[in-house]
Amino acid sequence: MADFDQQLDASGLNCPLPILRAKKTLNAMSSGQVLHVVATDPGSVRDFDAFAKQTGNQLMESKEDGGKFHFLIKKS
Amino acid sequence: MEDKKLAIIATKGSLDWAYPPFILASTAAALGYETQIFCTFYGLQLLKKKPKLEVTPLGNPGMPMPLGMDKWFPVLGLALPGMQGMMTAMMKKKMQDKGVASIEELRELCLEAEVKLIACQMTVDLFEMDTDDFIEGVEYAGAASFFEFAGDSDICLYI
Repeated sequence: MADFDQQLDASGLNCPLPILRAKKTLNAMSSGQVLHVVATDPGSVRDFDAFAKQTGNQLMESKEDGGKFHFLIKKS
Repeated sequence: MEDKKLAIIATKGSLDWAYPPFILASTAAALGYETQIFCTFYGLQLLKKKPKLEVTPLGNPGMPMPLGMDKWFPVLGLALPGMQGMMTAMMKKKMQDKGVASIEELRELCLEAEVKLIACQMTVDLFEMDTDDFIEGVEYAGAASFFEFAGDSDICLYI
């Protein structure tokens, strides 16, 4: 997994909380910084893809590891 | 590019039906939509400072019942006093266990994201509701002002 500036643990949270928490965290970050989100909600895989497409933030990586989903999002 | 707009009419005042408006509004706001929820009739319950929202299994054959209760308690049993309160408590517990946000939390996230909550003035008057019971920031308006926003919206939902 590439470097990141901030991490958000959204484990155990269900739709739409992982997205809402990620959005809130990104709001406090600066352009170009990378957020690492960890989630357990399987729906979050498609949701983070859709979130990135609609907000212009770049989804650099999306992978599953040991039952958890990891996302790297670069703030636009 | 101008922000997209989402207009929602919320008409229902039960715990389960309180979720769609707040989930969609909070998510839309996170995606950059300008969002309004117009609350009318039983949807006004969503605006109360302390919403007392419940679920009912009555007239709701799609509701999954725990422990095969639907077999042990056919329709008349579901109308017993206390059944609605019990089902509500079980639903809230289940939601908490599954990491589903509470209605109050989702509503708070909506307000933080500047989702506008509008109360239908006509139904507030009809039900003689005390506006002191509603949360801060609610606006009061009618059908014409809904159309002013909804007419320009990209998505418009009746829930």
